[in-house]
Amino acid sequence: MISVLAPPSRAIGVPHERLDGKEKVSGRACYAADTPAERLAYGVFALANIPRGRIAQLDVGRAEHAAGVLRIFTHENMPRLNPVSSPPAGQSLLPLQSDRIAYEGQPIALAVAATLEQAAHAASLVRAEYEREPFNVDFRTQLERAVEGQSFFESDTRVGDVERELAQAPIRIAQRYRTADRHHCAMEPSATVARWENGSLTLDDATQYVWGVRMAVAQALDIAPERVRVRSSYAGGGFGSKGYVWPHQVLTAAAARELERPLKVVLTRAQAFTAHGYQTASEQALDIGAERDGTLRAVRATSINPTSRFDDYVEYCALSARSLYAAPAIETRHRVVHVDRSTPTPMRAPHDGVAMVGLEIAMDELAYEAGIDSLELRLRNYAQRDPTTGKPFSSKELRACYRLAAERFGWSGRNPRPGAMREGRVRIGWGMATALMGTFRMPASARVTVESDGRVLIEAGTQEIGTGVRTIMPQIAADVLGVPIEQVRIALGDTTLPETGGTFGSSTTMSVGSAVLDAATRLRDELRELGAHEDEDLGAVLSRSGRTSLSADGAWSPGEEGDFSMHTFGAVFAEVRVDEDLPIPRVSRVVGAYSAGRIINPTTARSQIQGGMVWGIGQALLEESSMDPTLGRYLSKNLAGYLVPANADVPELEVIFAEEVDAHASPLGAKGIGELGAVGVAPAIANAVFHATGVRVRELPIRLEMLLA
Amino acid sequence: MTLLETTLRVNGTSRRLEIDPRATLLDALRERLGLMGTKKGCDRGECGACTVHVNGRRVLSCMTLAAMHEGDEITTIEGLAREGTLHPVQQAFIEHDALQCGYCTSGQIMSAVACVREGHAGDEDEIREWMSGNLCRCGAYPNIVAAVAAAAQVMEQHAPI
Repeated sequence: MISVLAPPSRAIGVPHERLDGKEKVSGRACYAADTPAERLAYGVFALANIPRGRIAQLDVGRAEHAAGVLRIFTHENMPRLNPVSSPPAGQSLLPLQSDRIAYEGQPIALAVAATLEQAAHAASLVRAEYEREPFNVDFRTQLERAVEGQSFFESDTRVGDVERELAQAPIRIAQRYRTADRHHCAMEPSATVARWENGSLTLDDATQYVWGVRMAVAQALDIAPERVRVRSSYAGGGFGSKGYVWPHQVLTAAAARELERPLKVVLTRAQAFTAHGYQTASEQALDIGAERDGTLRAVRATSINPTSRFDDYVEYCALSARSLYAAPAIETRHRVVHVDRSTPTPMRAPHDGVAMVGLEIAMDELAYEAGIDSLELRLRNYAQRDPTTGKPFSSKELRACYRLAAERFGWSGRNPRPGAMREGRVRIGWGMATALMGTFRMPASARVTVESDGRVLIEAGTQEIGTGVRTIMPQIAADVLGVPIEQVRIALGDTTLPETGGTFGSSTTMSVGSAVLDAATRLRDELRELGAHEDEDLGAVLSRSGRTSLSADGAWSPGEEGDFSMHTFGAVFAEVRVDEDLPIPRVSRVVGAYSAGRIINPTTARSQIQGGMVWGIGQALLEESSMDPTLGRYLSKNLAGYLVPANADVPELEVIFAEEVDAHASPLGAKGIGELGAVGVAPAIANAVFHATGVRVRELPIRLEMLLA
Repeated sequence: MTLLETTLRVNGTSRRLEIDPRATLLDALRERLGLMGTKKGCDRGECGACTVHVNGRRVLSCMTLAAMHEGDEITTIEGLAREGTLHPVQQAFIEHDALQCGYCTSGQIMSAVACVREGHAGDEDEIREWMSGNLCRCGAYPNIVAAVAAAAQVMEQHAPI
């Protein structure tokens, strides 16, 4: 194993502006829908408007005869495709394969025409008659039907005697907490451009995982994966919605093959609400027992979420309780309710980001019940080891985070009495919460090449979705090779490049970064064998040895998690302002300190954490996808009804990183930050709202009417 | 559908087009003129990703038909830099890391240029309000505000831009 890079470093840990900034501010960065192609045809989906039943009759006559139409694909003429395993598929149901309708918004036709306007018009002319069947889209009305779902974590865990500890605890907090269905709403709607040539397919796709797309499309279309090339130079955000592979990608590839011409399909904003999953609502039950001094005796966390009829998706909303606080007895349990909706999917921040809502509001309730400061309560229950597995943490600087963020925020000046702090008519609330996020690591490979002019090229198939990978990877290679970062560039987002994992699970810096570190280190060793000395021009070294370029391949695999419990942590403090007559809560300040391993680029890291905080503000106060239970459809499939934070919703956001190197998580010492920033913010805001108003809200998003006395 | 003959003047260059009367200015820029810098985020005026300038004013190009703009002076993100030099707003967006995925960035920048010219960049609160028509799901807002404030100072010194 390569040792952690010893400081001082010239690039790692040093703030650096994005190397792809100029592409992005000039409009030159090429996203999937920007891909040029000759004879490009346009596809637009028509969707079912019932949640359950079968298509009795599909009238495509008018659509087929509309100007410019090349083909109307339906379940009657779309070739039968192989089922795709999940993962990489986001859901097992592939539309246009039968007359069955299993969710509102399921595609019933793909209209293809010579222009976008013609395709959109043709799709609007498709008429379906349905045999409707009874349905239920509301999991809260059928919690008694909850069953165990099969997914990637254990459903249930138990340590200690929870029953006994709860019974003997002098303080007990037993409450239910609710979060809402939410949607990713990446600004770039999913888009796929498919081109076939001599039996081989090139897909330019808005994806977080080019290899996942290749695997799924090859499987569905029954061709060798080597005949499918998937590219994603830039993706306009994903947040989980582009992590798995969804029907539109597979169907676009299949339709292009039938048409024998390039095909572009861009989902509409409305279609995005049913095309690639959503974050499920959750029903969380917390039962906490504590001593009078706040010391925890037991935590029981139970979570129920909805999933589709045809797949199990478990949002692990009791997960955080397994690892966060020291308690002699901890029990967690997850169940799902099958409803007539599409399959949910991970969304920033999955599992812990939702789980911490219940747990951290409950801890605030405990603090008030025990009469202890909320921060002090966390410190009294600080876990030195993972309380469920008993393993030590690979690294944990949470204590430093509490101190740094509290000092910066001015927490010691808080009067804990609800409603005690005000400025005229405005009640001010201060709340805090812990953040905890699981660490996901994936195997990765990379190649690093020195070219004759001394420039360095990194090749790794990973995706750029906004995280800064085009800057972070060059920083790593630059440090190893002793060259300025401006001399290094990266080619990425292509299945012809060395394979990496998907851009999800906050895994890229750790995983791909470690592969780049390995490749660059091997290259450095080879250069030294050629007689290179420190700070010598690499181009000169090559020409001296009669070479035009020199490459080294590198790889990294996390292996078994083994002896450590791996997480990232944070401490989040939020201030809200609430008018006493019109109680619309407004966030006026957030301070977060984070324990997330070595920070490679403080500039992009700070931005990413701030972005996560914005997600937390949305989760706390704005975001909710409501369904009409009688129609079985979302009420607002648009950005006017589904509210994401706008600029004026976001105050100053302060980010502090604790000094930390996690040598167990990755040879870089780095961990992940993409999701961590979105954890803990919403409960900190909810706790601040209680502090301001005295109203304890246990359901997100917090709306004005919940605060009216 | 009868096609309409239209001349669109974009970034100082006139282009004669036969265009579908249903085509939005956004789709005409992208799919007919190949100017892919202007982005489609919602296609119904809610997100601001498609913001361009029409006769110097910021306009949502998804909410207006291409055929209505004969004779108008249209500026897109591709037309903002002068002789290879980035506009001060573009430069400030890089320096303040006011972008992440970059997808909303063209619209943010076109809005920001107009926001400063309109005189709506007086302080941070004013910038937040007048930039709230441009959504950024990555959540780069604090840096966008900082970039617009910084660019406003540069633009004032070098007016008119």
